[in-house]
Order: sequence, then C-alpha cells, then structure tokens
Amino acid sequence: MKQIHHIRDRCDYCGACVSVCPPDAIDLTEHTLTILDTCTLCKNCVIICPLQALEVRDEN
Amino acid sequence: MRTDVDIVVVGGGPAGSMAAQFAAREGASVLLLEKDREIGIPVRCAEGISKIGLTSHFEPKPEWITRNIKGLMLYPPSGKKINVSSNQVGYILDRKRFDYDLAQMAAAQGADIQTRAYVHDLVWQNDTVDGVRVRLPSRDLTIRCKIVIGADGVESRVGRWAGIDTRARLKDIETCMQATVSGIDIDPDLIHFFFSQKGAPGGYTWIFPKGEDSANIGLGISGEHARHHSAYEHLKFFLDEQFPHASVLTWVAGAVPCSKPLVELVKNRVMLVGDAAHQVNPLSGGGISAALYAGKIAGMTAGQAVRSKDLSHQRLSQYEKQWREKNEKRMNRYYRLKEFIYTINDDEFERIADSVLKKPTQKRTIVNVFKAALITKPSLIIDMIKVFT
Repeated sequence: MKQIHHIRDRCDYCGACVSVCPPDAIDLTEHTLTILDTCTLCKNCVIICPLQALEVRDEN
Repeated sequence: MRTDVDIVVVGGGPAGSMAAQFAAREGASVLLLEKDREIGIPVRCAEGISKIGLTSHFEPKPEWITRNIKGLMLYPPSGKKINVSSNQVGYILDRKRFDYDLAQMAAAQGADIQTRAYVHDLVWQNDTVDGVRVRLPSRDLTIRCKIVIGADGVESRVGRWAGIDTRARLKDIETCMQATVSGIDIDPDLIHFFFSQKGAPGGYTWIFPKGEDSANIGLGISGEHARHHSAYEHLKFFLDEQFPHASVLTWVAGAVPCSKPLVELVKNRVMLVGDAAHQVNPLSGGGISAALYAGKIAGMTAGQAVRSKDLSHQRLSQYEKQWREKNEKRMNRYYRLKEFIYTINDDEFERIADSVLKKPTQKRTIVNVFKAALITKPSLIIDMIKVFT
C-alpha cells in the first residue's frame, strides 16, 4: 500500500507540508511529524517540502 | 498554569505576542501557548522589515536591529547589478531577540506564557469554542476559554478546526530555504534581490546582510514550480555558484503564504492573525509588520469584548472589518502584481535590466523599473491596468 513516508533526518519541521494539506492530515510539533490516516495521497506535501523530507513509498 | 482563562493565544511569534499583550492590557486573562521549547527559535525568517513597518508600532530598541539598510540592488538573470534608489529604507532584525522581547512585553502586561505546549484540538460547546486541548511534555490538558486567537503560523490548524478554510493552493505557497552565511563579499548596506525563473521560479533569491561579511541568503519558489527541484536544491546551486567559499552557519527551511486575503478571519469565537491568516504581502513575502498590526487590533478587540461581556460574532468581527479596511485592497493589488511579474521570462528580465541601466542611478526607482517592464513587454500593460483598477 502506498503511503507518505517521513524522512526524519531531512526534516526541519517548518510546516510547509501542513499549509497545503487538503484533509488536514499532518500533525506537526517541534520535533515530530505524523501523517494521519485521513491522508489522500495527493502529494502536495511531497511537492512543497523544501528539503524533500516526504516521499511516497510502498509500505507492506 | 491556569486552566480557565478569557483568551488563549496559540503561537508565540510576533502576531501572537502582540495579541496577548494588547488583550491583557484590556484587563483580560490571557494564556499564550507556544509549541516550541523557546520563544524566537528557530528563526524562520529573512528578518527584513521596512523602517515604517517597525516604527509605526514601537520605538525600536537598538538590540533589535542587526543592520540598517540604505537601499536595494536588483540582479537580472545575467547578474548585472542594478542599484535602485529608494527612500524605503529598512532594518534587518534580530528576530530571536525581537520575538523574545515581544513575549516579555506580553508577560509584563499580565499574560501567561507557556512553551512546549502543543495545541492539538479545540473544545466546543454547542457551536462555539469553549477551550483548547494542549499537549504538554508530561500530560494532556484542557484549557477553558472564551476566545481563541490563532497565531499558529503558515502551518495553522486552529482556523481549520474552527471551520475557516486556510488551505493554500500550491501556487500560493512559497517554499523557502535560507542559509545564514559568513565570509562573503557583498555591499552590507543594501538588500540584494536576484530574479531568475531558472534560479528561483515563481519567487526570488535574497541577500539580507547581518554584518560586514555575513548575511541571510535565501530563496522562495512557488509551490507549483517545486516539482522537480526543491528550495534546498535551488539554494545550494546559487551558493555554489555565487559564494563557493562561504561558511554556512545555519540552514533553515520555511514556507510563506502569498495568497489573496482569507475569506474569513473570525468564526465561532476564533480569530486568526499573522501568517495563520495569510496576512503577508504576497509580492514580497514580508509579514512581520502585518503580523504586528493584526495581533495588536485582534488582541484589543478580544480584550474589549471580554471586558464588555459581549462575545458576539459581530463584536469580534470588528477586528476583521478594521483589518480589511486598511489592508484588503492593497493586498489584492500586490497579489495581481505578483501574478504579473511571474509571467516575465528571463530574456525579458534581461531586456528590462538593460533598459533601466541606461537611466542615471538617481532615476532608477522601482516605478521606473516597472515602466521599463511595460516597454519591454507591452502585453503586460493590460495586466498592469488590472492591477491598479
């Protein structure tokens, strides 16, 4: 199943992804980022991320 | 920590601290909740503000100002320098210090401030907000309140929870990367702007000096142009090309909402301010001054509403009305101007630059740059007419 994968080592927790997420499916604190199951895989977050810290991956 | 207050402010940037300060001044009990461990850190900002943008709110403290800026330099894609005369001088702030002081000013008026406090939901009673749920390092807590002021930045969720659509389209978010660098040779009295659809598509690259040989160097690109290369990749390319020997002391990522004004700023006793309300000049991406203003009038409105025991939508909407009267027309105009500028391709930029360079320095004003743009690309006259009508 395809999912948005968060690459922690790249992330700066800046919130760019949250601002363009249509279903409000990203929970962001100072040092955590969680993709909620309301994600529709629109990939807006993948595109907007300044650091390419989000990717679509096949997770089994 | 109080768990029952009049007003909760979510977010401890300039908008939030101003809102807290001015609400507390009216006698309301105020709690400001900041998700990060420290106010002012990290600095996700190029730190530039116009002189008037700062002095219309405060007598600036010397320690807030890192650098006085006396003019600007524009660079078309070829890198030719265009020194533009401007009476719009400004400052480069020390945002860490500035934000810290703003929070202290709020505290001095009686507002409570709590860091490491992540607001993750609103509490409702019937159709109005009755509080917030906050996650502290040790526990979850419910804070009861009468009004919530959302100053939670570009990543704002408070507005959405209240039913305000704050989602931005990809094209209206500038995805940004900035490096604070040392060991560079630039004119430290000017701010420098580089325009190139290849280097920063749908945005621009900036150099905001912080010292004789140090600066914030960053860029923003429109989300619709970020599919192939990220902001980081674009900035890395710029630095490698322009300043291969510079030392990078800080990398910081960020995003700036460069949209039209939101349709609603107040709903169900929630008020939005600053980046959360997209109160940013959509052309320049500057938002500090706008945040100071919005925070101040939202805080005053909320504080007075509590004092007069009138929490009606009509009462709280006075903030929105006042904000729109002063800013809406101008913001829409800047938005159309932004759309117009991003239709200029690199060859056209170059020809505009050549035309401006023929003028003597003192005649190189921003207005003359636009005039040159119109002569170079006459089809833009129609767009310009739209901008100013």
